Amino acid sequence: MSEALHIHSGTDTAHAGHHGDHHGHHQQSFVAKYVFSMDHKTIAKQFLITGIVWAIIGGLFSVLFRLQLGYPEQSFPILETFFGNWAKGGQIQPEFYYALITMHGTVLVFFVLTAGLSGTFANFLIPLQIGARDMASPFLNMLSYWFFFMASVVMISSLFISTGPASGGWTVYPPLSALGQASSGSKLGMDLWIVSMALFVVSSLLGGLNYITTILNQRTKGMSMTRLPLTIWALFFTAVLGVLSFPVLLSGLILLLMDRNLGTSFYLSDIVVNGEILPNEGGSAILFQHLFWFLGHPEVYIILLPAMGMVSEILSVNSRKPIFGYMAMLGSLFAITILAFLVWAHHMFVTGLNPFLGSIFVLLTLLIAVPAAIKVFNWLTTLWRGNIRFTPATLFAIGFVSLFISGGLTGIFLGNSTIDIHLHDTMFVVAHFHIVMGVASFFGMFAGVYHWFPKMFGRYLNSTLGYIHFWVTMIGSYLIFWPMHYQGLAGIPRRYLDKRGWVSFNGFPELDKMITIVSIIVFAVQLMFVFNFIYSIFKGRKVTNKNPWEANTLEWTTPLRPGHGNWDGEIPEVHRWAYDYAKDGRDFIPQTEPIGENESKH
Amino acid sequence: MISQVNIKEFQNTPSGDRGKKIHPHKFTMWVAIGSIVMMFAGLTSAFIVKSNQTNWVTVSIPDMFWISTAVIIISSITLQMALRSFKQRVMNQYRMLIGVTLLLGVAFVVLQWLGFQDLWAQKITFKGSGAGQFLYVIFGLHAIHVIGGIIALIVMFIKAFIGKTKLYSSVPVEVMAVYWHFVDVLWIYLLLFFIIIGGK
Repeated sequence: MSEALHIHSGTDTAHAGHHGDHHGHHQQSFVAKYVFSMDHKTIAKQFLITGIVWAIIGGLFSVLFRLQLGYPEQSFPILETFFGNWAKGGQIQPEFYYALITMHGTVLVFFVLTAGLSGTFANFLIPLQIGARDMASPFLNMLSYWFFFMASVVMISSLFISTGPASGGWTVYPPLSALGQASSGSKLGMDLWIVSMALFVVSSLLGGLNYITTILNQRTKGMSMTRLPLTIWALFFTAVLGVLSFPVLLSGLILLLMDRNLGTSFYLSDIVVNGEILPNEGGSAILFQHLFWFLGHPEVYIILLPAMGMVSEILSVNSRKPIFGYMAMLGSLFAITILAFLVWAHHMFVTGLNPFLGSIFVLLTLLIAVPAAIKVFNWLTTLWRGNIRFTPATLFAIGFVSLFISGGLTGIFLGNSTIDIHLHDTMFVVAHFHIVMGVASFFGMFAGVYHWFPKMFGRYLNSTLGYIHFWVTMIGSYLIFWPMHYQGLAGIPRRYLDKRGWVSFNGFPELDKMITIVSIIVFAVQLMFVFNFIYSIFKGRKVTNKNPWEANTLEWTTPLRPGHGNWDGEIPEVHRWAYDYAKDGRDFIPQTEPIGENESKH
Repeated sequence: MISQVNIKEFQNTPSGDRGKKIHPHKFTMWVAIGSIVMMFAGLTSAFIVKSNQTNWVTVSIPDMFWISTAVIIISSITLQMALRSFKQRVMNQYRMLIGVTLLLGVAFVVLQWLGFQDLWAQKITFKGSGAGQFLYVIFGLHAIHVIGGIIALIVMFIKAFIGKTKLYSSVPVEVMAVYWHFVDVLWIYLLLFFIIIGGK
């Protein structure tokens, strides 16, 4: 099998058509090439496709619970056909509803926007953009995917057990999550959730170690740190955040597992469940929140930073201008990374946190507005008077900036501990984090997929479907989440499955119906994107130009369908930063081109 | 082996503007150590937070843990000697020292288990609350990290005997030594932590 790893050249256009079964004299079995592959590009595609499968599952869950929220009185017999006892009489049962929202959160936050987003693009872009043949350790990289796969299998299996999956919310706060007798979702489903997340943490750590090491050690000649594209910087800080915060979540989960199964009292104290007095004493449920949010907050940036990096790159390429304020972008990424570790208690303002301590966390939280504003300013000034090409990728990148601004502004409300007393645990919070972290990162991810699809599969995604995808998703996202701000300000709590019984917040039935209808439409359009994705892999328009976007970065110097090892001959040497667009009268100057004699400095 | 060819080929990649190079695998190990440190930092800070609450029961360290401390320190020394004999190409001595380290590692885990039994016999169980529960979790997780190292040592030990190709690169042994010294130092930190902060 060893010959299969030679750097081969069977990847020119002539061979592109029947790639997969023919690679000159280098034969590689299907399993080694597509399943247990150590090629970072294949691993990236594995992450992407698994992430897409998860996104469909997680998205479908949101459609289901939106049906309940929009039409709490209505019966949908088809639901009973598919979900049996979970939807008795065609109505979503409370246990099922809580399982749905819990799994929606878990799946989207971890499996889609962490593994699916940074797993895909860190794997794909890091070696290609820094000029390396593969990751520092391709083997660990393969393990990283397969741990993710195992985590996925365990999590999926929890959906099919009779007591149902974990259903205490994606934050799995004890004591609810620690006591099997507290709810059916806290029985076996919760144990599977913890096991799955432990595997997921291992996967993230293996990936993160590799990303950091590769970026710091495997750069090609001339690729100094300040010549790196911003995507790489963003992925670097993402990996740093993951490596330092995921282990803390793991600690917290191990203690939770012990409380559940071995009778310890880390989080439990003085509890009565269904008339039964539990022997646990001396535990602290707040301790779990500290451990959880020490990961949970950096996790927000683990999700967001890769999107920020890709958006920076895509906006620069497609406005044919250098990125505005490269060093400021870098500095703000760094500042966000540091601050990410110092703000976790803003999720806990109403837990009885010392108000003085709270005020410190308010200050640190609001400080994030500074680097965030710098980034927004730089994206807008990059676009300013640019020669913008409105490709689907560009539109999604601009959409990201829009959503990041809207969602970021509501963060200022929530970051103030006094206003948070009114807004915490309401739909306002749901609206805020969905826009700023969920949908915005999805837009970054879509931008990345549309932009790098030609490099991944040698074909283009269909642009018409791409434009439809963008506009419906963009308008739909605002229609879904904007009204939730009003609901939240009116005091409607999140996680309630039926608001009809409360006079104080049953005043928005039509608004809820509208949100539900838009959710269904947006979900359908995402399925259209998936169709476009799969169709274009096999039948999309072929890429004939090595550098279809006329970009400067190194991935566009590889063959159309690069083999394992990425470059046929020598790895190119780098002579300049990644953003020499519209310079000295030239549209773009690739990083591989030596500095000319009369060239001006950037 | 696929991975071998692969990794060797890719390691010829020039590395930016770095003057003094550290081997990528060794670097990965250092980052991994940072990650493990965060895990134990999380646990020990949870310990500090909880020790301020009511009904906190302190725990005194059984003597068994002092013996295991001695064992793991000696194993660090033998592994360091193994690394030196590998570099000097004294392969018989290398094999012997790796074997001794392996045995000492296993002995350490066994001693930890005996220490747990001592504690359990003193009625420090999972019931109630206090330092004892943390001790089991934290020392237990440390032992799992040692077991991970033992598995790596077993692989290394077998390779030293039946390897078809001669081993010249000292990098795997160096990475192993870094990890082993780390679990050693981590153990000393945890022990001191429980004596100084846990004993209060």
